[in-house]
Amino acid sequence: MAEPTIARQDFVRQTAMDSERAVVEKPLSKFERIYNVGVVRKLAILVALAVLWEAYARWLDNPLLFPTFGATVDAFVEGIVHGALLGRAWTSIRVLMMGYAAGILAAALLTVIAISSRIGTDFLETLTAMFNPLPAIALLPLALIWFGLGTGSIVFVLIHSVLWAVALNTHSGFLAVSNTLRMVGRNYGLRGLSYVARILIPAAFPSILTGFKIGWAFAWRTLIAAELVFGVSSGSGGLGWFIYENKNQLEIPSVFAGLLSVIVIGLLVENVIFRTVEMRTVRRWGMQS
Amino acid sequence: MNAASPLVDVRGVTLQYKTRDHLVTATYRVDFKVFPSDRFVLLGPSGCGKSTLLKAVGGYLAPVEGEIRLKDRVITRPGPDRMMVFQEFDQLLPWKTVQENVMFPLVASGRLAAAAAEEKARHYIEKVNLTRFADSFPHTLSGGMKQRVAIARGMAMEPDVLLMDEPFASLDALTRRKMQDELLQLWDDTQFTVLFVTHSIPEAIKIGSRILLLSPHPGQVKAELNSLTRDAHEAAAAQALEQRIHAMLFADAVEEQEEHSHG
Repeated sequence: MAEPTIARQDFVRQTAMDSERAVVEKPLSKFERIYNVGVVRKLAILVALAVLWEAYARWLDNPLLFPTFGATVDAFVEGIVHGALLGRAWTSIRVLMMGYAAGILAAALLTVIAISSRIGTDFLETLTAMFNPLPAIALLPLALIWFGLGTGSIVFVLIHSVLWAVALNTHSGFLAVSNTLRMVGRNYGLRGLSYVARILIPAAFPSILTGFKIGWAFAWRTLIAAELVFGVSSGSGGLGWFIYENKNQLEIPSVFAGLLSVIVIGLLVENVIFRTVEMRTVRRWGMQS
Repeated sequence: MNAASPLVDVRGVTLQYKTRDHLVTATYRVDFKVFPSDRFVLLGPSGCGKSTLLKAVGGYLAPVEGEIRLKDRVITRPGPDRMMVFQEFDQLLPWKTVQENVMFPLVASGRLAAAAAEEKARHYIEKVNLTRFADSFPHTLSGGMKQRVAIARGMAMEPDVLLMDEPFASLDALTRRKMQDELLQLWDDTQFTVLFVTHSIPEAIKIGSRILLLSPHPGQVKAELNSLTRDAHEAAAAQALEQRIHAMLFADAVEEQEEHSHG
């Protein structure tokens, strides 16, 4: 091998002192920091949408077709303070929680069956393939015949809407748990349910949480749709009924207020409850960025 | 020869596993004995079944022929008396802090109550110099730190034998050397028994007190050698041993095995 043609000396250098070198770390400007907060950006979008709404409604000037944002907010506040809105929302949420909890329990049962044997896996996959594409609301007529006009029918269709999404996500989460983690769990001598509870469930938690979120969204939509169809159950209807009733009385701002409540509850659950759970679990653990 | 009874006794073990379309014989009638305080290294090119052999000692795989005994009892399933340290960085439970990761097997196996486990975990975390990171989650640590946690977790259980499956293979060269030195320092402290799998000849010579050479396809014992004693670790002797092992492993190999992480 040929030696390089230019002769060079070795050298060792002092690195620059703190006082004389360029910035290593400096705080971002105030605007950049505020803009980096996700909530702020999303709030800005919401404000812009509200302004657009107000402007369009004023230009249209037809409160029967499209009330202004201000009128809707008025109806919303009025509904909360004097009217039935809070009670209706509570009725909806109560039924929803019953269906949601029952759906998750059923999903847990089904997933445990699925992971304990190959035929169980086939069972879950076949059932999911059959029922997941079936809209829950399509089962409502049948539910009415089986369970009558009441909470039972709604809970039945809610279970249907939650069960498959949660079971499918939980099961695929379990399947995705790395072989190393499985071996670690067995190395500790964990078996059976304690292995599922202490290794599989936390390791699959990102998928399980996704299943919960999808299941919640499905359940909420199904519930409002079901209430619109036959509304009153055991004397007090839910939000869907509130919307339907006000449409019949041509109280269009109240219809919008009802829709707004559906949206607000959806946003709160997504951005407060699920977000908090996410922050405290999968994000804290670095399992999701 | 050592008069004491062997801690791990592998007798005529043939291991097979199934892939989608093949039945693969990983090792064929392998014998070896590990004695207390051995740093026993399984060395061989990829395809010699060394990792599979370690998994069998771990109890994850039953031999089709022969048997593996730990303290004279046949191994039938995984257990906390043989703690594994894996190559993969994801072997720590991501939902537990360093401290909780080290504590968890102690509590889960029912060996210690929470308070005592915490004490012991702290002790071993200090031994691997991670006290500052005791409350960190694994995803905030570097690869070398994660492997140190895994080693602390294994040692805190004070198992009969520590099983290490190429624990430093995914680390960069500088960190790997540092970890090898640290492992030897830990051994000087407590003289634990370790069964160590590697495909690197220098690592085997540095870490091991006894080296088992395996030839590939299927894995069979080629030789069992004493490594250098640690005080007599001069470069010339190490190089001579390295060349001797290299010659033995590749004596009849026409094409040299590509060195990669799976064995």
